[in-house]
Amino acid sequence: MSTALGKTGEVPVNGASPEKERWTPLIVAFCCNWCSYAGGDLAGTSRMDYPANVKVIRMPCSSRINPLFILRAFQRGADGVLVAGCHPGDCHYTSGNYYVRRNLSLFRRLLEFSGIEPERFQVSWISASEGDKFAGVMQSLTEEIKALGPNGKWRDSRWQSVE
Amino acid sequence: MPRIGVFICWCGTNIAGTVEIEQVVNAARSFPGVVYAGDYRYLCSEVGQKLIKDTIKKENLERVVVGTCSPRMHEVTFRKAVAEAGLNPYLLEVANLREHCSWVHKDPAEATPKAIALVRAAVSKASLDEPLTALMLDVEKRALVIGGGIAGIQAALDIADSGYTVDLVEKEPSIGGRMAQLEKTFPTLDCAACILTPKMVEVAQHPNINLLTYSEVEAVSGFVGQFDVRIRSRARSIDPSKCTGCGICYEKCPAKVPSEFDMELGKRKVIYVPFPQAVPNIPVIDRENCLYFKRGRCRICEKECPAEAIDFEQQDEIIERRYGVILVATGFDSMDLTGYGEYGYGQHPDVLSALQFERLFNASGPTAGQVVRLSNGRPPQRVVFIQCVGSRDIARGQNYCSKICCMFTSKQAILLKEKLPETEAYIFYIDLRTAGKGYEEFQRRAAEEYGVIYLRGSVGKVFPEGERLLVRGVDSLSGRPLEIEADLVVLAAASVPRRDAPELARLMSINSDRYNFFDEAHPKLRPVETHTAGIFIAGACQAPKDIPEAVAQAGAAAAKAVTLLSKEKLQSEACVAKVDPARCSGCLHCEAVCPYGAIAATETEERVRGELLTRTVAEVNPALCQGCGCCTMTCRSGSVTLQGYTDEQMLAEVDALCLQR
Amino acid sequence: MIFSESYHRFIDELKKNTGQDPNQCYQCAKCSAGCPVVAAMDLLPHQVIRYLQLGLLGELEESRTPWICASCFTCAARCPRDLDLARLMEGVRLAVLRLREGNRLSPADLELTPEQLEKLPAQALVSSFRKYAK
Repeated sequence: MSTALGKTGEVPVNGASPEKERWTPLIVAFCCNWCSYAGGDLAGTSRMDYPANVKVIRMPCSSRINPLFILRAFQRGADGVLVAGCHPGDCHYTSGNYYVRRNLSLFRRLLEFSGIEPERFQVSWISASEGDKFAGVMQSLTEEIKALGPNGKWRDSRWQSVE
Repeated sequence: MPRIGVFICWCGTNIAGTVEIEQVVNAARSFPGVVYAGDYRYLCSEVGQKLIKDTIKKENLERVVVGTCSPRMHEVTFRKAVAEAGLNPYLLEVANLREHCSWVHKDPAEATPKAIALVRAAVSKASLDEPLTALMLDVEKRALVIGGGIAGIQAALDIADSGYTVDLVEKEPSIGGRMAQLEKTFPTLDCAACILTPKMVEVAQHPNINLLTYSEVEAVSGFVGQFDVRIRSRARSIDPSKCTGCGICYEKCPAKVPSEFDMELGKRKVIYVPFPQAVPNIPVIDRENCLYFKRGRCRICEKECPAEAIDFEQQDEIIERRYGVILVATGFDSMDLTGYGEYGYGQHPDVLSALQFERLFNASGPTAGQVVRLSNGRPPQRVVFIQCVGSRDIARGQNYCSKICCMFTSKQAILLKEKLPETEAYIFYIDLRTAGKGYEEFQRRAAEEYGVIYLRGSVGKVFPEGERLLVRGVDSLSGRPLEIEADLVVLAAASVPRRDAPELARLMSINSDRYNFFDEAHPKLRPVETHTAGIFIAGACQAPKDIPEAVAQAGAAAAKAVTLLSKEKLQSEACVAKVDPARCSGCLHCEAVCPYGAIAATETEERVRGELLTRTVAEVNPALCQGCGCCTMTCRSGSVTLQGYTDEQMLAEVDALCLQR
Repeated sequence: MIFSESYHRFIDELKKNTGQDPNQCYQCAKCSAGCPVVAAMDLLPHQVIRYLQLGLLGELEESRTPWICASCFTCAARCPRDLDLARLMEGVRLAVLRLREGNRLSPADLELTPEQLEKLPAQALVSSFRKYAK
């Protein structure tokens, strides 16, 4: 863990300091309207619990997601990005998620090349009936990124967030 | 910066129980552009909506943000409210404070900042909202039904009975389809012709149905409400206004070819009606085989016709017409069994497909209703039926179960027993699938009352042995190899899509599954619609199914079609893609990925150094676009944008979310 | 024991050795219907697969069928589930041999000098390892 923190070098490297314990990553999740966003709604109606640091942006289809949006999230201080869409074969628009799958697997290699840990950018297929999967993915994503610590790559140093 | 109003809903205690509403409202007041922020217990109530409407007017709001439940729940409600206050309904954004916040986070210290972040993101997006207008499209009050089998007939009748004009297009010279080829139907043993013929006649006589037999769809363009279709009505070589259907022409015709209707078992004349009950009862000349068309002499039919109806000069007619909806009911084929050499199909005259065997029972069939061996004309002593030939076979056939074979095999065994009670019937099956009203009882009757012998297992090979056929199989339940000397072997061939189904799917840009069956829009909830709005499917072109299912689906598809036809105008999707022709390079990658065929090349003119240049750019048809935005990701120059979800809006949302940690 | 851990180990081993998954079979018995040597078998080919599905290797050890199979591939050519039964039969023979004989041989057991090893036909080595080695 200290290696991951050392890499980014933005947080004190003192193992389990109370500050680090309290630190929560910022995660932006791009969800398609028909499956994953609806899966998120189901997680809500089923009163499931997942970390509040995950914030969802609603898209018509996962294929609308331009890699630019993902880079922008990292620039603005996101520690992790999730893209969620319908399961392959179930796309509301027939084939959008096949295109995004290809597009993003290429983009993922670019991210890795630029030094971002692969865990920071994840893609998941979550259907409208998988509220538990939605909450589970948010949970595990948060834990994985928490273990990695804050992201420094691609970060715009002029960008100041408010608490 | 437009004037933005923010409304936060308590949803009783659903949101207010976890989110500190006051903090959210106060924070919202500080966001750029926000001139009003307020809250209410139940925004979706009439009072709540009135609050929004009144505030829009009072504060001169230009954009509205509501922090409520999921937009999938009430976006439409609030859009309506906003529109009633005179704002464009697409100038509204929803922050999901319930399903995505208060219901999933228990701690107000966590939920409140998240709620503020979500509202901030919605405000940022709203400030970039542009008014959008959905197109109002005209609906041509006319339906096209493709395929004149039982599904197409039923759908055409249902639509026509609702008062709309229907064109029913059938490729063959007569309507009737596969059902017309059947002798009896399971599980009631109704005579197929007796229940089908009245419907066929009804089609011919219905004032709202325009029957186009011997015709095919050649081109389809346009979109829901306005499909432009080109139909080729092939030359019958007979003047239908003169023909009386007397039948002298085909009695006298000297040329014979195998009959498609009798599955090539019998012969038909070259001028022919496919079967005696044909509708319309007007013959056609099969020009490929006609002696006159082949060699320039004969014309016997012309000499014999008392009505002088024969017209060798007749030309194909091209019909171009506009339709509001299209209903596809093209049915199925029986799988070609030549790949199953072990059964001897096509090598021995006594090995038949089930549909061929069915024709032997029919009084107008190749044997005039006599069930006989085609090798010697004598009645069979023993008949072996083999099920799942081509079905459930991932190696040489189709992966799926053809669904109808268990039942039609039992039916044919019963028909055989009724006609020839002394004849033995053996059925090799793998699993018996008899789900359906009265189906299980029917199969049990075959076994218990008629003495049909069911053998669970398969047949390895069928050999000719003297005059008979030696069927070598196994009964898997007893684990016993069996050898049966049979006179006839009947193969339950898999049901497959019509050979030209892929071509038709391409013409109409509807989806097919990997077997080329047409795909429904949703396997559970939209079983008769396709992905292309305004095109519906019914019957066995969607998947193998029996007659009651095909008829039920046809009725459902007709009801859906009528629902569309009954509308004066159709509203299209408002959040559609748009191309900036100045930036578009005309690579048309967007066209390739569009699932709806909504993007096409067009020419644009621009002045470069005083010269007028024409170049190709992409153009979105807003009536076809469904707003997925797939094209935007493909565009290399960023010249396609999805209205309502522009790059600028999405980036603003990302910025706002990240600003509020 | 049916469906125990050792069952799954056995099936995995069989899949690895043969590239075939017996659970793909839906017991249409077309293999048995077409098998030319079925008359000499005590278990029919489809029954052998059923026994494999149930993990009844002990019963298969007693059966003559795997040894009678001539690997003519008639069953494999006609199987609607695209299973290669001849390979499965070979897998059964292998499993039975191992069950009976144990793992008797390892290269060290041979106690051969490198020169002697070089002279031995490679095929003999490979086949004895396949039968006796882990």
